[in-house]
This record gives sequence, C-alpha cells and structure tokens, in this order.
Amino acid sequence: MLKFITQRSLLALLILVLAVALLFAMIHMMPGDPASVILGPRATPELIAELNQRMGLDQPMLVQLGRFYAGLAQGDLGLDVFSNRAVADIVFEQLPYTIILVLAAIGGATLLGIPLGCFSAINRNSLLDRLTAVMSVAFIAIPSFVVALYLLLLLAVKWRWFPAMGAGESGDLVDQAHHLALPALALGLGWVGYIARLVRASMLEVMEENHIRTARAFGLPEHTIVIHYALRIAVLPTVTILGMGIGAMLSGALFAEIVFSRPGIGKLLHEAVVTRNYPVVMGSVLVTTTFFVLSTLISDIINAMLDPRLREGGRSS
Amino acid sequence: MSAQPGIIAETFAGVRKDPLGMIGLVIVVVIFLATIFASLLAPHDPLEVDVYNRLQGPTWQHWLGTDQLGRDVLSRVLYGGRIALKVALVAIVVAMSTGLLLGMLAGFGPRWLDRVLVVCFDTMRSFPTIMFALAVVALIGPSLNTVIGVIIITSIPSYARIVRTQTHALRGEDFILAERAMGASTARIMGRHILPNIAAPLFVMASMDVPAVVGIEAGLSFLGLGVSPPTPSWGSILNDGYSYLRNSPWPIIAGGIPLILITLGFTFFGESLRDILDPKLRRKGESS
Amino acid sequence: MAEPVLDIRDLSVSYDTDRGRLRALRNVSFPIDPGQIVGIVGESGCGKSTLISAIIRLLAPNARVENGSILFKENDLLQLDDDAMRALRGVDISMVFQDPMTSLNPVMTIGRQMTNIQYRDDLSAADKQARAIRLLDRVGIPDPEEHLKRYPHHLSGGMRQRVAIAMALMTKPALLIADEPTTALDATLELQIIGRLQQLQRDFGCAVLFISHHLGVIVELCDEVVVMYAGEVVESGPVRDVFLRPKHPYTRKLLECDPARIEEATRNLPVIAGGLPDLVSVPDGCVFRSRCDVAIDTCARDRPALEGRSHRSACHVDVP
Repeated sequence: MLKFITQRSLLALLILVLAVALLFAMIHMMPGDPASVILGPRATPELIAELNQRMGLDQPMLVQLGRFYAGLAQGDLGLDVFSNRAVADIVFEQLPYTIILVLAAIGGATLLGIPLGCFSAINRNSLLDRLTAVMSVAFIAIPSFVVALYLLLLLAVKWRWFPAMGAGESGDLVDQAHHLALPALALGLGWVGYIARLVRASMLEVMEENHIRTARAFGLPEHTIVIHYALRIAVLPTVTILGMGIGAMLSGALFAEIVFSRPGIGKLLHEAVVTRNYPVVMGSVLVTTTFFVLSTLISDIINAMLDPRLREGGRSS
Repeated sequence: MSAQPGIIAETFAGVRKDPLGMIGLVIVVVIFLATIFASLLAPHDPLEVDVYNRLQGPTWQHWLGTDQLGRDVLSRVLYGGRIALKVALVAIVVAMSTGLLLGMLAGFGPRWLDRVLVVCFDTMRSFPTIMFALAVVALIGPSLNTVIGVIIITSIPSYARIVRTQTHALRGEDFILAERAMGASTARIMGRHILPNIAAPLFVMASMDVPAVVGIEAGLSFLGLGVSPPTPSWGSILNDGYSYLRNSPWPIIAGGIPLILITLGFTFFGESLRDILDPKLRRKGESS
Repeated sequence: MAEPVLDIRDLSVSYDTDRGRLRALRNVSFPIDPGQIVGIVGESGCGKSTLISAIIRLLAPNARVENGSILFKENDLLQLDDDAMRALRGVDISMVFQDPMTSLNPVMTIGRQMTNIQYRDDLSAADKQARAIRLLDRVGIPDPEEHLKRYPHHLSGGMRQRVAIAMALMTKPALLIADEPTTALDATLELQIIGRLQQLQRDFGCAVLFISHHLGVIVELCDEVVVMYAGEVVESGPVRDVFLRPKHPYTRKLLECDPARIEEATRNLPVIAGGLPDLVSVPDGCVFRSRCDVAIDTCARDRPALEGRSHRSACHVDVP
C-alpha cells in the first residue's frame, strides 16, 4: 500500500513540476520581454526596470525558473502587480469559498445519485429509471453556466426563493448555506444523473456475480446484500470518476462564482485576467491545478483502499 | 480491408432504430441547416441597432425579443450558430488529426518517445481547461482565434490517448507482425490497419466532443474573452443578457436554448453511435 | 428408520425461454436420510444445478416449478413463504459452491464475511469471531486468527474452498449441499478436501448432498448415489451396488468412460456417442433412447419408471 502511494505521489509531483514550468515558460514565449508582458498596457520604462529588479526578470530563464521553484517551495507565489500583496495570500483567501462550493456540489450529487442509481438497478425500466437515463445524458453535457443562468433567472430573480449574489453573512451558517444552494445545484445537477447511471450499471453487473449468490444462499436479508455486499463494490467506479470530475467542476465553479457573484478563485482569476494581473493569474491557475492533481491522487488512493485488489498494482476488472 | 460503405449504411440503419439517436440526429441536422441558411432565415440584420425598442419581450417583429441595443435576438442567435459551428469544426478537425498523429507516434514509435509524449499529455490534462484558457488569454489577449487555439491544445491529449491505446493493442497482433515480415512500411501499416480500426471510436469521440467545445467557446465569450463585440456568439448573447438580467430575461433564455439543443443533439447522437459501433468493433476484432 | 431429512418427490421444473418451455427437471424423486451422504452424478445439462437451485429456492426468474414437493423435516420448501425460506438458508440448509475464485465477496475480509452470516445469532462480536476461528481450525486452515483479517484474493483456491466449507458448517446445518466443490481444484487438493469433508461429516453428523462428475470421489465419499440424465433420475441406490452392478445403460456407459478406469494406455478415450436431447421438445418414451445400445421397441413409446427397492433404475431392458 505504501509503495502504491509513493509511486503515485511521485508521478503527481512530476506532473506538477512540469505544469509549473509550462506556465512559467508561457510568459517567456510571448513577444517582448517578460516585464512588459506582465505589466501589459501600463508598461513604462521605470516600471519595467523596477519589475525587472524586483522579480529578477532580466536574468536567464532557467535561473528564473530555479528561483521560482525555490520560491514555490517556500509558499511564495510572487506579488500582485498592483497592490504588491503576496499572491499566495490573495489566492488562499479566496480558495476556501471555491472548495466549499465544489464539495457541496459533489456531496449533493453523490448523496442523490448513489441511492438513485441503486434504486434504478433494482427497479429496472421503472419510470424513475427511464427518467434518470435521459436526464443523465442531458444534464452532464449542458454547459454548467447555462444551467446556472437559468437557475438564477427562475429561482433567484423571478421567484426569489434564493439569493442572487454573494456568499452570505460570515458567521451565519444558515445564510451561507442559503447562498450556497443555487451555485452548488448548478454545478452538481449534471453529476446526479451521471453518478446514478454509473452506479446502476455497476450494480447490475455486481448483482449477477457469484459471491452475491453465496450471500443469498446464506440467508442474508436482501437489503443487507444490496447495500453492504453489492453497493460496496458498485460505488468504486464512482470514486474514480469523482476524482477526475473535480477538474471539470473547477471550471464550472468559475462560472458559478461569476454568475452568482460569489467570492472564490474563479472570480479572482477572471478579474485578474481582465486586468492583466499575470502573477495572480498564474498563482490561481497553479493552485487550482495542484488541487486537481491532488484530488485525482487522493481518489486513486481511496479507490485502492476500498478495493484491496488494486493495492498490489493489480486491476480490479 | 473492410468494406467501409457497408458500415456507414449499417450505422444509419442502427441510428434509425434508436429513438434518442434519431432525435439527436434531427436536432443536429436542423441546427446545421438553420446556421448555414442563417442569412435567409434571420428576419433582421443581427447588428442592426434600434434603441427605441430595446429589451423587449417576444413580439411578432422580434420572436425572441430584443437586447439592450435593440438588436433582434433571434437573428443574433441564428448567426451565433455560425461561430459555434466554425469553432467546433476547426478545433475538432485539427485536434483530432494532430492527436491521431501523435497517438500513432506514441503507440508505434520507440519507447522513450512514448513515455515523453504520455507525460506531456498528462501534464496538459492536469490543467482544468477553462483555467488554462484564461491564463493564455491573459497573455495573448482575447480573440476568437485564441479560443480556438486553446481548445485545440487542450483537446489533443484526449484524442491522442485513445489512438495510442488502440495502436498499442494492435501493435502486437499477428497480422501486423505478418505485414512487417513481408516488408510493409510503418506508414502503410498505420494507414491500412490502424486507421480503419481507429476511425469509429474517433468519430464517436468527436461527436461527443462538439458540445464540450461549443460550451468552452460560449463560456469564454460569456466571460467577454472570446468573440469581440458586436459579433454575436451564443456566449456573448448570454453575457449581454446577464448584464440586463433584471430588465429582460429573454436574451438569456434565448441564448441558452441553442446551447442546450446542440448539446442534447450531439450527445444523443454520439451515444447512439457508440452503442452501434461498439459491439461491431468487437465482432470485427473476433473475425480478424 | 427415521424420516428423511430431505425428501424430493416428483419434482418437475421448467424454464420459459425464447424457444419455448425448457423442461429441465422431470419427476425427480429421491430421499436423503439424516446423516447420509448422497451423491449426484451426471454430465452437464442433466439438471443438477436446477435441482439445487430448487432446493434452496433461488431459481432464476424465468423458472417455474411445474409440480412436486421438496419435504425438509416435514415442511414443503416449495410452499414456504420467502421469510421462512430465508430463515432456513445458511442455518438448516447450507451450500458450498463450485468456483472458489468468485464465490466469496472480494472486498470484505474473511472474518467479516464469516461473522456477517451469524447475524441471526444473539452472540457478542467476540463470540462470533471465536466461532469463526474454531471452524477455520476444523477445516485445516493454519493460523485462523490471522486469516480472519485477510481478503479472499490472498488465499489459494483450496484455502478459499475450505473457508466456504467452514462457513457452511458454522451453524451445524441438517443438510449440506456441495455443488462440485472440488472440480476447480487439482487432484491432490481434491483428495485433501474430500478427506476433510468426510471427517467433518462424521463429527457434525449432517446429511450431505454431493454433486460431482468425478466418479472416484463419489465412490469414496458417498453412501448413496443418484444418476441423472437430461433432467431425470435414471438410477439410484447404494453407491457400491450402483457402480459395481449398474442396471441402467447410461450408468454402464458412464463407468466405461471414466478415465480413472481405463486400463490400457490409449489416445482415444471412450465417449458416449450422440448428444443430449433437446429439452424444449422432450422425445416420447425413454429419454436415453437415442444413445442407448440395448433399446427395444417399448423404449420409443413408454417412459420407463424407476423400479426396484433400494437399488432402483428406470429402464425397460432388464440387464443382469
């Protein structure tokens, strides 16, 4: 198990290192010197010289990259072009909002999707089953910002059941939950059907397997067999999908934050792009990419924990 | 060599039997036609400004209402389809061809090249797409071509991967070894054997990819980072609509509909294709 | 003699298929006395699996019991409601299945699986564990406590089958059904497991229904044997009587073809010519007629009934 974790972690680290290098290199692939690129339209000779000195932008690229990695190791993501605040501070201030949003969306989708899928498997071709089938295909592919806009239009602006903006009063959990509901729904709606379909397909396969027949032969009650014997195996593919789906969710979260005017990395990134605040852009992308790679890694590890057959590098199917 | 025309006919017969697949196909065809004939179908010039009639709901003159500059939303939606389809066509064709090439290189070429390529693909795939797109736009500046370029770069790894997997699998097959023994060049093998086996899954993937690609363009245009105004794109229509949300919901409603339709259409069709082509693939594998 | 623990009477089961009604079992009857080991032999398709599924009432959804009864300690299993039947499974009637590689839940520890099936018993978790350990010890698994924490894929096929037997015997059932438990194992392992099974049967005193097509094992282990062909019982009786003085042509052929009995080295093993009849349209008369070498006219018209006292056979031609 330890070997598995180490192997996967090292691979993830390699990918991250390369991703950082790529982001870094992008600045240098632009025509003109890096300082002008970063400052954009505000570039004046004095500002350029100052930036060069402060960030060491006139040094050879590899040296800069080295310094950047060194800085990263210490948690230094550079400085905001306008305010001179540490990018790391800015980003990590906003990060929790995004994480909460993504977790709420995934949590909701899983809580709804797994039972739905289980029910569909046991009651095949029932009305609910067929409805879920069509919905799952439909919702997962529709751009989430369209869903967000429609939800905003109907539930917040027209019917006023939910607030249209912001994250809610800090300290007031109910208010915050109220503000979280629509964005999380917009993000997670597509996944409910998808998870349900996955679980359904998985369940149908597992219920046919020999060990389920054994469990029945020992007189175990059907609900025990469904939940503890079959579902346990059937949810495994879901964990993998979720780990990979977080990437898609991060992109969707960006839109949800903008549509619902919620604070978060997405909103931060968007503003930074519009104002050409490249250090903040890079910092945000880096942090979200790290989050994505980490979540894939964790989901792989959890998968291995749940399915012992995967630990020794074997395959489960 | 397999009989390609036979497969196409069979495929269409299969789609005809699947109700969802048929619905998808019909939607796709309607969208194509509406977009191509947008100039004939659009009741107004999409750029024509009429400030006295701004932010109106549906009327006989403006079936989907007007936006904040009095422009006819329906016409803008129809012309917006052109942007969407142009992006989809260019991006997918380029990404697929490049992915095909790289995938075959990875699958057929030397081990070290394969490793390097795989690491490159994985690195590219570790970026959430929109985030990466934003980073690029921050540097280069917003434009439709930038959007297309970003979509291409982020799509290539997915296509390359399935090509690589398929190539790997076929690499060790007996009939490939036999061809090599008879002196067939790598290019010939790739063209005559790998390509036909790849065609079907690639096609399915492309079909399922259209909604995603169109979604990304719409998303970036919604953020104001795609097409430049006043060109209508479904995303920019939504962006305008969002700013004037409380005045009139119609631009948003209207802008969302084509996105939903194109998504449903290509997804239903793609799923139907996949169901048809998949078992066929297996059968082909068994007989060869 | 005491009442039989399991008494199958005139059982007929069929499946609804696309091609029509497939009559998998026809008028199958035989008893199992308490503490007796009864073997069932027959080639694939003879109805063994359907028979066992019928006994524990886990038949496929398209299966139908046409007639007959399965009496278990005076209750007709076919008439019991679902809850009553479920109460019997794993407690009074236990099963060991054929394929040890797939019969155990792959993501649950052995210990957890063994304690789960004790859910009806009012014992503490520690007691349930202790019972599991005792059983694992009885079936010959070394270091049972350690093995409780292992997963099935850590164990070899033979070990998994021992675990399966331990699970089946944990509640001291009145009847143990073993569906070709050693078919998937190699010969040496088979002997060990059979030996262990014999020992356990003596200790626990349960009746055993043992399915196999390995004739040597049947002779070694069983008291009585039932020979089935194409859904019918063609011969039954004490195992030595049936195998030394077979009355039914099919039994004779089976014995002739048993690889263990071949005396001269040869490349061509004897086989029984012909194939199973189509059970959707069962022929009139004797079901074995098409492959029989002593068939007479009556065999084409009248279906032979099981005749005899302890050693019975269903054949019109009386073979001395």
